[in-house]
Amino acid sequence: MDYIGEHLLPGKLGHFFIILSIVASLLATVAYFLAAQAKEPGDSQAWKKLARIAFLTEVFSVFAIFSILFYIIHNHLFEYHYAWKHSSRSLEFKYLLACFWEGQEGSFLLWTLCHSILGSILIKRGGQWEAPVMTVLSFTQFALATMVAGLYIFGWKMGSNPFILLRDSGVFDNAPGMHVNFDLAQPIRPDYMQSVKDGNDLNPLLQNYWMVIHPPFLFMGFASTTIPFAFAMAGLWKKQYSEWTKPALPWALFSAAVLGVGIMMGGMWAYESLTFGGYWAWDPVENASLVPWMIGISGIHTLLIYRHTGHSLRSTYLFFILSFAFVLYSTFLTRSGILGESSVHAFTDLGMNWQLTVFLLGFVLPALAFFLLRLKEIPSVQQEENMASREFWMFIGSLVFFLSAIVIIAKTSTPVLNKVLGTNIAPPEDAEFSYNSIQVYVAVIVALLTAVSQYLKYKDSSRTYFWKKILIPTVITLVLFALFLVFGAIHYTKKGPVFQGAIWLAVFCSIYSIVANASYIWLGVKGSLKLSGGSIAHVGFGMVLLGILISSSNKEILSNNIGGIPAPLAAGENPRENLTLVKDLTANMGSYSLTYLGDSAHPKKQLWFYKIRVKSNDGKEDFILTPNAFVNYKGNMGLMANPDAKHYWDHDVFTYITSIPNPQTAKDTSTFKPYIRKAGDSLFYSGGYILVQELKKNDSVPEDLFGKDGSLYEVPLQVHSKTGSVYTLKSRLAHARGTWFSLPDTLPSESLVLQLQQVNEDKSFELGVKESGAVMKYVTLKAYRFPFIRLLWYGVWITAIGILISMVRRIRLNRKNTPSA
Amino acid sequence: MKKIHIILLVLIAGSIGILLTFLKTASTYDTIETAMSKPGKFVHLMAKLDKTQPIEYDAVNNPNYLSFTATDTTGKSVKVIYHNAKPDNLELSDKLVLKGKYQDGLFDCKDIQTKCPSKYKEEQARTGGTHPGNVPVK
Repeated sequence: MDYIGEHLLPGKLGHFFIILSIVASLLATVAYFLAAQAKEPGDSQAWKKLARIAFLTEVFSVFAIFSILFYIIHNHLFEYHYAWKHSSRSLEFKYLLACFWEGQEGSFLLWTLCHSILGSILIKRGGQWEAPVMTVLSFTQFALATMVAGLYIFGWKMGSNPFILLRDSGVFDNAPGMHVNFDLAQPIRPDYMQSVKDGNDLNPLLQNYWMVIHPPFLFMGFASTTIPFAFAMAGLWKKQYSEWTKPALPWALFSAAVLGVGIMMGGMWAYESLTFGGYWAWDPVENASLVPWMIGISGIHTLLIYRHTGHSLRSTYLFFILSFAFVLYSTFLTRSGILGESSVHAFTDLGMNWQLTVFLLGFVLPALAFFLLRLKEIPSVQQEENMASREFWMFIGSLVFFLSAIVIIAKTSTPVLNKVLGTNIAPPEDAEFSYNSIQVYVAVIVALLTAVSQYLKYKDSSRTYFWKKILIPTVITLVLFALFLVFGAIHYTKKGPVFQGAIWLAVFCSIYSIVANASYIWLGVKGSLKLSGGSIAHVGFGMVLLGILISSSNKEILSNNIGGIPAPLAAGENPRENLTLVKDLTANMGSYSLTYLGDSAHPKKQLWFYKIRVKSNDGKEDFILTPNAFVNYKGNMGLMANPDAKHYWDHDVFTYITSIPNPQTAKDTSTFKPYIRKAGDSLFYSGGYILVQELKKNDSVPEDLFGKDGSLYEVPLQVHSKTGSVYTLKSRLAHARGTWFSLPDTLPSESLVLQLQQVNEDKSFELGVKESGAVMKYVTLKAYRFPFIRLLWYGVWITAIGILISMVRRIRLNRKNTPSA
Repeated sequence: MKKIHIILLVLIAGSIGILLTFLKTASTYDTIETAMSKPGKFVHLMAKLDKTQPIEYDAVNNPNYLSFTATDTTGKSVKVIYHNAKPDNLELSDKLVLKGKYQDGLFDCKDIQTKCPSKYKEEQARTGGTHPGNVPVK
């Protein structure tokens, strides 16, 4: 049957290139393998030539697939399921790439694309390592190419094809309107495209610029862990157990920098567009990408130890194998749907779990077996390590970091354990604390070791040398920490004094790490930036730790609220985090006041912007935040909120909408009408009358909330409605920390807002009465203050820059030493 | 034995210890019946919203109080209290993971994870197709 309005050529080309990429990567694997095994140099050269052609064909195919799919999305060819599912006509151009990798297929393609780029560089620069390393890489490419194959082999689905047509995707199976004569048994209507006017759009939460660049960095990071792994395998295979470490080091450094930045970009996205109020939640998806990075970092350090002292080669092998293994494991966790219960943002099951499992085990088990088989042949130094040497403490640090990664991934793996063993293990009551309570000590140890280890020399260092050098940074750190004790504090008491103490200790160690490493640039390498990559990276890492520690433990909930009453009046009760702001009523909370000014809509989408005015009580800060929310977007009922934050150099104020009234709200324009009354008086409103009772003054208010000389006036009001209902409200006026503010009480059933506005000398007082003609306009929100969160973001960049400086230096050193590469 | 080996053993033992402690503090996935049988214990209750019962949430009066009834396939039901804003897709969810404790006849919930039918987006295509040539003639 011919269908009207379809564009089938791109899809056919896409299918062709997918098949071509599978065949080419398999051919490249075989040819590279034979090139590496060939005894005669001539044979090897011939195979290598063929392999290169095959690999470059694969690279071309991958780029072609990528471009075709992008063409389909960009031209809104909704006859293709992928475009229909992930994009829409109203989507801004900048997000077209984000919807490219919203689906599993697109993100697999991104991964192979990164491999293609890295592989092309290896062909140019790999030298004698090209053949064995590229064998491993080509095979990985083959495995990834099958992930988008979309073939059925004996009923097993292999891969999910991004070029599948909408009418073949099963979406219309239950849509009579799409079939001839409204009959599901009949074929699909030839003119079905007339009914497919628009796609489903990108998930609103992913419509954020970080989502355009976070995945490329992350997948480049994932792809780059393959290279050190491939070098390690090549070393085992060619029995050149040591030589591979030289060319592998810059690759490992590259991988650490890119993967680290990629992970933290995900954190920045979460901070800006998710509503759990932070950047890290120990979610399984986050953990699964963090763990390969941590193990990779351990691998880099043991590799450096090996290059300088000959120790730790075996652990280097293990770390690089495991770093790659955990990338595959992370792929398995996030894409198999096994995390359904425990993660907020995993992909859904595409029905190809067997393939993911084969992918994981097919690489990891042979690699580990190969490693164990050759373990005895890998050279190792039998001599005892010297405790006064740099390598001893570096090794301890790597080991702690590695074990910490293993602990994290083990905790994350409970869904797998449940599946395999049939156990019933759910996360503990405070899942985040179960991570934090352990990792804070890891931070202490690692920060301390990064601070002091550089001041030791490899192999042996004299005590006087060490103490002389470390003295200055230690003194500076003590001074800084003393300043921190005087002017700052860790307020986190929720988990008891032990944990609070551990945070203090970790703060000290992070400052030490920053100071000691910054000093080392002058004391150790005499200000030469070229040589100080490691120190710069450690300074950045110290900043990351310090930023995490301060911003999370001193995170302040501004929207503390109990039963509609702002927090200062309910000391002792457990504050809750949501605050409802009625339009134009200012709510005071802590050191800020918030007013909901109104909302506005996006011209094309059901996206609403809520204007919230935030003022600090000291008058220094006064700004407007506009958190937004998609309301009933594209059949996705309810609210999808995006936070907004104001960034200051030393803190962020951050807010997001948690609930809004039914959108059929009428406009509310009424204002407060003042009434002067005394106790016993009454006043009328449109729905009945109000009896005014005795004014009470409360001087014994908690000092930590009200400051000295604080007081609280309160007038109970009895509202008698015409319908006979009686309500008791309390209007209050507080005098806290030198300012006066009214605390309105609302009665939604009567559309009534009452507040005490002024208390006069003669015991009379002014009541404000506001009647809104319709249901009230309000938003419910949460607001936080994150101190020193910038330290974290800057720290990430500085770490990456430091690592890249080291990488450049190592590449230069390698080139000098091997003139004919 | 080298120093490094001793340290290695100590650290590995420590890690195992940490994981065993973790298993001890871990909670369980439960049905309403099993959750009721261990009052005061933190569980992950797998249930769904009972749509025949009212949902109580008034953001103006108290944005931190939500109450509804949860039910599960065993037919049991329990009243749930949640001191936080109402998840906006609560009514649409087909499955809820309620993290909290059963106590005094109520399930006091600390966190709610809503699971929406994953195919909800396809709904539009299914219903959105009447076209000129195929309108049934009366």
